[in-house]
Amino acid sequence: MNAIINYFSEVINGGITLLKGMGITGKHFVRAPKEIITQQYPDNRDTLTFGDRFRAQLFMEHNEENQNRCDACQTCETVCPNGSIEVVWHREADPETGKKKKVLDKYVYHLGMCTFCNLCVLACPTEAIKMNKEFETAVYDRSELTKVLNKPGSKFSQDYVDKTIGNK
Amino acid sequence: MYDFSKMTGAIHEWLSSLMPSVLVTTVEWILIGVVFLALFAILGLVLVILERRIAGFFQFRLGPNRVGPQGMFQTVADTVKLLLKELVSTDKVDKFLYNVAPFFVIIAPLMIMAVIPYGLGLTAYDINIGLFFVMAISSIGVIGILLAGWSSNNKYSLIGAMRSGAVIISYELSMGLSSLLAIVLLAGSLNLNDIVMSQEAGWWLFRGHIPAVIAFIIYIITGTAETNRVPFDLTEAESELGAGFHAEYSGIKFAFFFLSEFVNMFIIAALAATIFLGGWLPIHIPGWEGFNNIMDYIPGPIWFFLKTGAIIFLLMWFRWTFPRLRIDQILTLEWKYLLPISLLNLVLMAFVVMMGWVF
Ligand code: SF4
Ligand code: SF4
Repeated sequence: MNAIINYFSEVINGGITLLKGMGITGKHFVRAPKEIITQQYPDNRDTLTFGDRFRAQLFMEHNEENQNRCDACQTCETVCPNGSIEVVWHREADPETGKKKKVLDKYVYHLGMCTFCNLCVLACPTEAIKMNKEFETAVYDRSELTKVLNKPGSKFSQDYVDKTIGNK
Repeated sequence: MYDFSKMTGAIHEWLSSLMPSVLVTTVEWILIGVVFLALFAILGLVLVILERRIAGFFQFRLGPNRVGPQGMFQTVADTVKLLLKELVSTDKVDKFLYNVAPFFVIIAPLMIMAVIPYGLGLTAYDINIGLFFVMAISSIGVIGILLAGWSSNNKYSLIGAMRSGAVIISYELSMGLSSLLAIVLLAGSLNLNDIVMSQEAGWWLFRGHIPAVIAFIIYIITGTAETNRVPFDLTEAESELGAGFHAEYSGIKFAFFFLSEFVNMFIIAALAATIFLGGWLPIHIPGWEGFNNIMDYIPGPIWFFLKTGAIIFLLMWFRWTFPRLRIDQILTLEWKYLLPISLLNLVLMAFVVMMGWVF
């Protein structure tokens, strides 16, 4: 007798849970025309909104005096699992202290090899590099995917670093 | 109610006045064939775009909306693409069976479409064993699926086809036994037109009490399984089998399989509308004379397609709600639940009919 009761209660419970599921999707269907969550790209190119954690490509922050925060420590190059970053540098005596220090020549970023894991951004001790939202990265030739991120003529500035990191 | 047999009779007489009777029959065959092929194509086009838009809304997106107003011509564009695509096949396919399989799949729904009453006097082939004919012919489709899976010479295709065979053969049992037979008991006829006419006083779904409702639910479940739609789509099972039995097909041959899925869905819905919801009969609410008279002015085919559309929407709702079942779960559902319940239901229905508890 118990088995029979179990059998039917199972059937009825199953039916109820199915109906619950349909209730949820049914509500979605009714609300959907007003609450579309996808964006109609490229119609809304100007009004696109991104999630906070959206990562499109790496860039290096510069201030108005064309200074950056990269002291060429190469941590990002080491930490990158794909070898997408190459830091080209040379040693130069510091004019004030006379100590020899690394100076950044070229910060080469291979967009084509980057998996946007964000490790480099997290690892950088001076927060010199960040991810931006410029996601339209299609190009006609693979070589265009290799980018130099430090602006020509830009210099490392300890003041800039202190200001940015000190604020936090 | 406008009787469409007047219209078809007029066409018949006009043709007879033009040519000898043998030729008349031939021309009429061709005409009917063209009408059904057109209906088939239109159904495919409309149902596919509907499904995609509705799927979009279920998931808070818009779905295809670029080609034409509201994306209406998306499927037309897709069809042109499929027609122009190269037909690729692998070296080791069984050429003859491989090429013949899509036709099997498409012939079954076409033949069933012939016996469905679309309106008063609007049945291409009005036979007294209509429902039996439908059950028999609908099994031809599975031959096509098995052939496709076997001849593709691809193990994933074969697994998909075998699953499809297992599902369809077992679900046909409870579909024919319970749901359809239960209503045949009520209506006292296998002829689909008679079944429709027997519902003039009210739909069987309501007049048949609980057993009719149970039969309806079982019919909808088994119907979904017969058409291999989600949640019974383990024949295609994109995530495990690629595309299942039609993995090796491309271009227009693939389109045949794709189309037949949607037309099969239409047929399941059309049968449900005919048997449970009164087919092309207008909605009547007892006691509301004025309302009933207005409803009578809406032509039968419109009622038929409205009711069918409602069932199709229900099937789409299922598709975008339920997750796919495993093969063992599907067979458990059929043999341990649906079949015993449907047999019990049949006995219950017979008892109800015997006691005359039908209003
Ligand atoms: S995001 Fe990841 S893959 Fe890309 S450059 Fe940084 S560490 Fe390398
Ligand atoms: S970007 Fe940051 S981690 Fe990379 S070299 Fe420059 S300072 Fe070091």
